[in-house]
Amino acid sequence: MAIETALSTGYGQRARTTSRTTTAGRAKQPSMVPALAALVVLELVGELIVRIFALPVPGPVVGLVLLYVAFTVHGSVPDGLRATGNVLLQHLMLFLVPATTGLMMHFRRLGDEWLPIVLAAVGGTAVTMALTALTLRLFLGRRRAP
Amino acid sequence: MIPGVDGLWTILQTSPLFWLAVTLVAYQVAYAIYLRAGRHPLLNPVLVSIGLIISVLLATRTPYPTYFDGARLVHFLIGPATVAMAVPLYTHSERFKHMLLPLAGALLVGSVTAIVSAVAIGWTFGASPDTLLSLAPKSTTMPIAMGITEKIGGSPSLTSLMVTLTGISGAIMAGWLLKLVRIDDVATRGFAIGVTAHAIGTAYTFQLGEVAVAFAALGMGLNGVLTTILVPVLMRLLMSH
Repeated sequence: MAIETALSTGYGQRARTTSRTTTAGRAKQPSMVPALAALVVLELVGELIVRIFALPVPGPVVGLVLLYVAFTVHGSVPDGLRATGNVLLQHLMLFLVPATTGLMMHFRRLGDEWLPIVLAAVGGTAVTMALTALTLRLFLGRRRAP
Repeated sequence: MIPGVDGLWTILQTSPLFWLAVTLVAYQVAYAIYLRAGRHPLLNPVLVSIGLIISVLLATRTPYPTYFDGARLVHFLIGPATVAMAVPLYTHSERFKHMLLPLAGALLVGSVTAIVSAVAIGWTFGASPDTLLSLAPKSTTMPIAMGITEKIGGSPSLTSLMVTLTGISGAIMAGWLLKLVRIDDVATRGFAIGVTAHAIGTAYTFQLGEVAVAFAALGMGLNGVLTTILVPVLMRLLMSH
């Protein structure tokens, strides 16, 4: 039901964008609001699903899956959602700043056990990233071979 | 009556708008520095922003919760942005479909390596058992990682520190590390960054293009789910030795 609401927001906005393309340039801006509404509604639905089924993933991730399913059903990504999604993802670093600043709450802990903590974080990250990339390349290469 | 400097400061400090402004301005400054320095990885905008903000908070003796109250509006946008990752994911879904097995294999290797390497390094350098439990889920996003730690009896607040350090160090080292192991393919780069360094890494991949963002989002999402399943099992194995 809510997926349909979000989808129809997408549809409606696509139709509006199309009909407005004649009023050059200004056509894209108004479509930000319905797109943002669709994203927030899907996040909310995701949050509800997570609570109801006690899923161990965050609500927005379920919202992401719902939107993906909606795109699959619809067959394409509405222009407004593409534009708004791009703006949001472009500034993802900014959105992460307030939570990341919470680092300051742990200075004392970092002082007590800084060596294992920093080494595990940095060393573990380097090993994981390199191994994941090398594994993927290995499997892709093997599969591409005749 | 016009308030004095102290009075003005009290008004500013108690207004949520002030900390919102500090966050936005700090990020602008950090981003300008980053661009000016030719996108030098060590000047990662998230790292420089939090450096600036923490300096202001320490200098003004402002507790973090007071700050977060004001910056909440910015933080809130992580949710819609996460949902919006469906756009690059759907757009490049044809590419995933041709490489499902290699992706699954790399995901499994990455997920296990993230957990085992963190715990092994921590153990080698004398971390306490409580700390070891809190290190395990460090490669997933903050809410997932904290949920896992809570379930296995570690300290969620230490986990949030680990998640932050992992994301920032991942974004800083990604460029040279992947060049060092000679990975040129943007899809492979994106996937490895997403699996390892969650949202902070994924935010970094924006400058590698939409394909990288799509693969990073995929890696991040899948690793979140797999880590939730793997950590309790692996930790039982590791801690019994």
